[in-house]
Amino acid sequence: MSDSHSDNGGRRRFLIGAAGALGAAGAAAVATPFIMSMLPSARAKAAGAPVEVDVSKLEAGMMMTSEWRGQPVWVVNRTPEMLAQLAKNSDRLRDPGSENSEQPEYCKNPNRSSAEHPNLLVVVGICTHLGCSPQDRMKAGNAAGMGEDWPGGFFCPCHGSKFDMAARVFQNVPAPLNMRIPPHMYMADGRLLVGADKSKGA
Amino acid sequence: MSTETENTKLAQVTQWIDARFPMSSLWRDHISEYYAPKNFNFWYYFGSLAMLVLVIQLVTGIFLTMNYKPDARYAFASVEYIMRDVNYGWLIRYMHSTGASMFFVVVYLHMCRGLMYGSYRKPRELVWIVGMAIYLCLMGEAFMGYLLPWGQMSYWGAQVIISLFDAISPPLALWIRGDFVVSDATLNRFFAFHVIALPLVLVGLVLVHIIALHEVGSNNPDGVEIKKHKDPVTHKPLDGINFHPYYTLKDLVGVSVFLGIFSAVVFFAPEMGGYFLEANNFIPADPMKTPPHIAPVWYFTPFYAILRAIPQKQLGVIAMGAAVMIFLALPWLDRGLVKSIRYRGNLYKTAFGLFITAFLILGYMGTQDPNLWYVNPTSQICTVIYFSFFLLMPIYTRLDKSRQAPDRVTS
Repeated sequence: MSDSHSDNGGRRRFLIGAAGALGAAGAAAVATPFIMSMLPSARAKAAGAPVEVDVSKLEAGMMMTSEWRGQPVWVVNRTPEMLAQLAKNSDRLRDPGSENSEQPEYCKNPNRSSAEHPNLLVVVGICTHLGCSPQDRMKAGNAAGMGEDWPGGFFCPCHGSKFDMAARVFQNVPAPLNMRIPPHMYMADGRLLVGADKSKGA
Repeated sequence: MSTETENTKLAQVTQWIDARFPMSSLWRDHISEYYAPKNFNFWYYFGSLAMLVLVIQLVTGIFLTMNYKPDARYAFASVEYIMRDVNYGWLIRYMHSTGASMFFVVVYLHMCRGLMYGSYRKPRELVWIVGMAIYLCLMGEAFMGYLLPWGQMSYWGAQVIISLFDAISPPLALWIRGDFVVSDATLNRFFAFHVIALPLVLVGLVLVHIIALHEVGSNNPDGVEIKKHKDPVTHKPLDGINFHPYYTLKDLVGVSVFLGIFSAVVFFAPEMGGYFLEANNFIPADPMKTPPHIAPVWYFTPFYAILRAIPQKQLGVIAMGAAVMIFLALPWLDRGLVKSIRYRGNLYKTAFGLFITAFLILGYMGTQDPNLWYVNPTSQICTVIYFSFFLLMPIYTRLDKSRQAPDRVTS
């Protein structure tokens, strides 16, 4: 038994290597379903289906919250003053052009809204820092308790991140990016569909 | 140069650990220098296979609890959710349900090996008794696990088994259920026992079983002690070979064949024609309506047949309990001069053959409708044979004309 090692060491090493490689491949194959089972189930994916929101009664300067994929989605009907303010914020923003932030192509503009309803902001109300939901501080100036030069926007109570009325992040706060704009489209009768758009189908 | 420095580095790490934890000596004592008889045959696969199935059950069980809900309102639907919506949930659940049956297949073969080769006899009484404790624990684990899907068979099976305790003491049955009927309270506590309490006990008992085995050394198909003949210089048994690599590699062959069979069941016949998963269990539990034909899963049917064979409630329950517990007395019932069936006389061989046949027939009868004319008489005859095997053992093993067992193991 002891001298067989010297006789066919190469063959022995090959067999050990081949058996080990096959075993490792088998182990990986077995691990796959277990790891995959921890991903969202078919039910969770179905719960991520698009939701309809009636925005026809949303007055100027008001905001409403609906739920999509278990997250708050805000719809804000911005006043002309709020929209006018947006252009003046650029110097104080981290990503004014939303170059690095997440939004559908049709919302990559200063208003971060689709051309049909430039006054409506549709945004996932989750801070890009660590996932809290910011509060509305939509009134400009001292009225919101945010200081004299506050242009109006949103404030995250967890770590103090600030966003403007297009959900764009200000400089010198922990959040790295503008808040996420979900895919959305407008249908007849002032109804908004969140979670699907014309490119992906409803 | 590098291999040598690497080797010294590795040796240093090993030394560092060994000074704090007996890593090397554990490996030596239980794996690389555990000397097992060189004549192990087919029957010696089932110990390591039982460990493999235990691991399969633990892993799949952990993943099932991630989606299962131990609540009478949601339990059935959560199992369907696992089957339909969870990624690969069907695979994990079928592995677990198939694993339960395969656990008993493997354990029954493992126990049969112990019977054939006298592995329960001195000095291995405790190995046998701990093994029986594992078997009892496994029965509890299987019974409680079967309630969890909250199907019709789950519900009425639990109802019947708990009513057995009712025959012994009604307050005991009430205490087990935690309610006046099998209910949400029962389901919730069975879940706790099934996923935490019994698995902990099971793993602990398996460790004790192996430690006890390695203390006395493995028996073998010849039923002779390899420790009687040691090398005068090395003090190693002359008929022993290192567990690793010889038996680890041999067991890997067994593992490969077993996994092939296991996969075939999981992928092609997970219900096994109603023997592994009963059709009625795909109907949600209904406390108002018992299914027309109710039978336990196959691994309980031999004992269930004994219960039904005795036409008196208390006696039936006692007989069923005794049928399981009597295995514990085996080391003291057997008075034979040799351990292995190879060297036993015709008396023992006949008794053993009758016992195995009776056990298998009882298992079949337990699945059959009790109204069929042959079921009860056959079960009664087999029950008599079953108990006679044990109770008459002190007599026939003493009278038996056994051959002289060899001094050393045969090849």
